[in-house]
Amino acid sequence: MKKLFILITLFGLLGSAQAQNRFFTKTGKISFDATTPKSPENIDAVNKNSTCVLDSKTGDIQFSVLMKGFEFDRALMMEHFNENYAESDKFPKTIYKGIIVNNAAVNYSKDGSYPAKVKGKLTMHGETRDLETEGTLTIKNGKVAVSAIFPALLSDYRIGIPQLVADKVAKTAKITVDCTLEPLTK
Amino acid sequence: MNQNMKNSIIRVVAFLTVSAWLPGVQAQEKDLLDLVDDGKEPHTIVTNAFKSIRIINGHSMEFLAPGTMDFRILHRFGQINQGTKNLFGLDQASMRLGLDFGLTRKLQVGIGRSTFKKELDGYIKYAPIRQSAGSHAFPVTIALVGGATINTLPFADPTRTNYFSSRVAYYVQTIIGRKFSDRITLQLTPTMVHHNLVPLATQPNDVFAVGFGGRIKASQRIAFTWDYFYNINGLEKGVNYNPLSVGVDIETGGHVFQLHFSNATGMNERAFITETTNTWEKVDLRFGFNLSRIFQLKKAKSS
Repeated sequence: MKKLFILITLFGLLGSAQAQNRFFTKTGKISFDATTPKSPENIDAVNKNSTCVLDSKTGDIQFSVLMKGFEFDRALMMEHFNENYAESDKFPKTIYKGIIVNNAAVNYSKDGSYPAKVKGKLTMHGETRDLETEGTLTIKNGKVAVSAIFPALLSDYRIGIPQLVADKVAKTAKITVDCTLEPLTK
Repeated sequence: MNQNMKNSIIRVVAFLTVSAWLPGVQAQEKDLLDLVDDGKEPHTIVTNAFKSIRIINGHSMEFLAPGTMDFRILHRFGQINQGTKNLFGLDQASMRLGLDFGLTRKLQVGIGRSTFKKELDGYIKYAPIRQSAGSHAFPVTIALVGGATINTLPFADPTRTNYFSSRVAYYVQTIIGRKFSDRITLQLTPTMVHHNLVPLATQPNDVFAVGFGGRIKASQRIAFTWDYFYNINGLEKGVNYNPLSVGVDIETGGHVFQLHFSNATGMNERAFITETTNTWEKVDLRFGFNLSRIFQLKKAKSS
């Protein structure tokens, strides 16, 4: 009987110990830049309330970004972004679900910078595409900083650019990820 | 320990083992994002109920973004039924130039100058509450507008004692509007216009009217709009009429064009609500356009 109870307790502990391997943020920075040399003004925006969750055990990494949370220099550009390009009422969130391919090589308990190769799927504007990119994981004082820069071809996500401004908006947006994740204790 | 007890213990152990593992197992399969999702949608103000801050003539429930200025050029041509003699009214034009400023998400001010009666006008528009979604959502925008107009023409009768106040009229409005869907927006606009001085003793100083306005989006950049004011009092048969405007909003990126047909000439609340002297009957209408160009005066992004 005693052995059984110990076993049960052990199993229980194992189950709850899982959560210790997760890191998250709700204030991650994700920005994009679709400026071309012919753009009359910079076409860029930043979202400072991006959500990112990382499971250091499995290497799963997921991002969620509210399209209406992108801040622009110009209110009119923000309006056009939400109304005409991203159609934020119809497609409020952009989500990335991926896995760190070389997760085994990352030591989450030791401070340092590790290159990370991520493979997964990006869902934006209702379209899902495979997305593979390289980034950096920087571990410092128990926090994980995630950074990456990658391109996204807007036509892949059926984001149309009207003929009139075709040379003023880049066909490929440069996306920059800069998130600092803290341990998830839940 | 008999066989029965053993069996039940095994069952209990098996159950506990499985349930102890369950949270871990579940979390493996379900989304990581769900772990940090508190289920709360952020509070967001519903915007773009109209493409512009005016439906056509009247104020819309929409507000300018803080730090922006709207430069508006308004044209009303002559009556269409004048025919080829006046090129269907295009030979004549009445104008209003206006500057509107977005101060906060709920506060906007504006000034304008019309050729009709050389009138100056200004207003303050404030929304105690705006239509919003997410947590603490609210179904409609309620906005209040207070404005004044000043006639700057020479006094009609210079021999009598004229007061500056006689040139001034005021209006107050409540805008109750809702963006029902991405395509449809409707609003109701109870209004009172007060003239300090009216030309005839039979005319009321206070005119009450209710505005009915709305839009239906035809595409991403084109919308059909209408704007009607029903005068509750102060209408004189054969003299003045309820103003009705119907039009199309075209957004080109930098500009919003509002092309329309209307029986109103006036382009401020006093003028188009109480002084519309044409009627839709007999096509006594005018073609007109509003041109809106938004300038960013202050950077919106904080970093």
